Amino acid sequence: MKAKVLLSLILLCGGLAVPSARAEDAAPAAAPVPAACELPSYLLTSESQLPKVAGAVKAGKPLEILVIGSRSTTIPSSESSSYPARMEAVLKEKLPPAETVHVSVELQSKKTAEEAAGTFVKLMEAKTPTLVIWQTGTVDAIRSVDPDDFRGAVAEGVVALQNAGADVVLMNLQYSPRTESMISAPPYLDNMRVVAQEHDVPLFDRFAMMRQWNDQGQFDLFSPSRGPELAKQVHDCIGRALAQFVIGAAHLGPAEQQN
Amino acid sequence: MTIADQVTGSTIAGTAGAKPADAKPRVAAPAITLPAIGERELRLDLFRGLALWLIFIDHLPPNLLTWFTIRNYGFSDATEIFIFISGYTAAFVYGRAMLENGFVVATARILRRVWQIYVAHVFLFTIFLAEISYVATSFENPLYTEEMGIMDFLKQPDITIVQALLLRFRPVNMDVLPLYIVLMLALPLILWSMKWKPDVTLALSALLYAATWEFDLYFSAYPNGFWAFNPLAWQLLFVFGAWCALGGARRMSRILASPVTMWISIAYLVAAFYVTLTWYVPQLSQFMPKRLEQWMYPIDKTDLDVLRFTHFLALSALTVRFLPREWPGLKSPWLRPLILCGQHSLEIFCLGVFLAFAGHFILAEVSGGPAMHALISLSGILIMWGVAWVISWYKRVADKSGAKTKNAVGNADLAGGG
Repeated sequence: MKAKVLLSLILLCGGLAVPSARAEDAAPAAAPVPAACELPSYLLTSESQLPKVAGAVKAGKPLEILVIGSRSTTIPSSESSSYPARMEAVLKEKLPPAETVHVSVELQSKKTAEEAAGTFVKLMEAKTPTLVIWQTGTVDAIRSVDPDDFRGAVAEGVVALQNAGADVVLMNLQYSPRTESMISAPPYLDNMRVVAQEHDVPLFDRFAMMRQWNDQGQFDLFSPSRGPELAKQVHDCIGRALAQFVIGAAHLGPAEQQN
Repeated sequence: MTIADQVTGSTIAGTAGAKPADAKPRVAAPAITLPAIGERELRLDLFRGLALWLIFIDHLPPNLLTWFTIRNYGFSDATEIFIFISGYTAAFVYGRAMLENGFVVATARILRRVWQIYVAHVFLFTIFLAEISYVATSFENPLYTEEMGIMDFLKQPDITIVQALLLRFRPVNMDVLPLYIVLMLALPLILWSMKWKPDVTLALSALLYAATWEFDLYFSAYPNGFWAFNPLAWQLLFVFGAWCALGGARRMSRILASPVTMWISIAYLVAAFYVTLTWYVPQLSQFMPKRLEQWMYPIDKTDLDVLRFTHFLALSALTVRFLPREWPGLKSPWLRPLILCGQHSLEIFCLGVFLAFAGHFILAEVSGGPAMHALISLSGILIMWGVAWVISWYKRVADKSGAKTKNAVGNADLAGGG
């Protein structure tokens, strides 16, 4: 429904219909992607690039990915179904068989962006990854940290990661409709977008994706269910989307690789 | 006290409709001018009612109706309308009280109103506590273990509740009333200063706004952070509303009537609309100059970004131009529900926040898809209208049976609340 309203708005504007047509295209699905995971292509692409990931893969070097996250990075008691593990599996499937992909996870539970960023220098000395996926914002939103401070902290963290020689992808909050009336996400989403823009870093919009799935009825994110099934499916989709996002931003798609 | 009774007589310092002929000789006039008693600017009621509906819809999870709210088409949203009109009506009512009964009596009246708003806020907080406690005990989806951290404050109810009473702990969606309380507390000072020199007061207000941005002033909140609506910045809209009510609007009427103003406003609104569109259709953002984006973002709601304020000014300039106060449509039964809601703003505002909580709750318990969403939004609006009608009816009956001594000036409901 929303898409329709938007579309008519755009048509009203006139002349702008072309980009909207692109929005309607579903993401090209290479591997058998579960129908539930489908997303519009704009959520899976980024203008910013990942040159170091591209370089490592082209040179045949191992791809070391570090996910810095929080409790929503994992599913309690089923690590192997969480999105970092799913992303690793999909990347291995899609990249050339000779490519070694290794994903490690660093959990910074209950830490704000500022507190997490403080650990980055040491962390990067120990791990030296090619790509860091930094998922943050939830703890700051829960504690309603000053959005300006939050923006500063994220920017600082991104710079520290880049200085340590890694490509960076920022990942924002989960869409959590049940707590929407208690946690105010928008300021943190906006500020992460600003930092991503300023530092030319791809932003993986987890919030918009989950919202899309919920709105389209693929997942019922309101569900109070205690079982891990829903969480597993959502993480599977996020892992797939993330793998595709990384491949896209590093220009490692099948077309590019032939050159 | 029906609407029809009140539209008679119209010398109000109308926001724009005032023609040059209305301008009274201001030789011996006091610094501020007040319109005659008993009239009612229906446009204010209309737009405040609209703001209340939009705030209600914006507080619900996004659904079809959300696309009709103005925040999707520009920078400013219903909050700006609400605060501006609140400033306007408050100055209108209590400004008269101050001229007629003096500073002390007017201040006492204002404090009584502040108390009402405070009680309303505490009432809403209680409902919020009930909702969040329910969620904490019933919702255990492993996907959201992290988000459940928001419940941590339930572990220290003693501190949380006291902080809430001090207005320092404010859950999401409960920021408007504390802002309004602080603004109303400042109202005696604002009116006193307006009585002396309205333009200087407005300039001082703008100065405070600038200082807030320059020195990063804010109200701290509990457990950390700051007020989501910074009163030190938002006072500018409130004071501007008061200034308009006390004769400023009439003095501005020539500017408002000029075609230059109109075209600047239109150009700005179109530009703002395009920028907003890029948020929803990210493909469009490639046509946005990067330098402009870096300068513009983030558009700060907490401190009432200048872009938001000017967007509101542009919107209101066009509104007063194309919607004259004598517009017959204002009396049409179709707009009656909006006007009724706008006339009882404090009650309807609180009801709206409560209904938004209730709507969240129903949506969470009965997963119903977009149809259910739309149904909840619509029935919420119908309930708001129904309650506004009942309040009006009750006031009318009470006024008839009560002593006739009570005149329109003492009517808190004209003072607007919320």
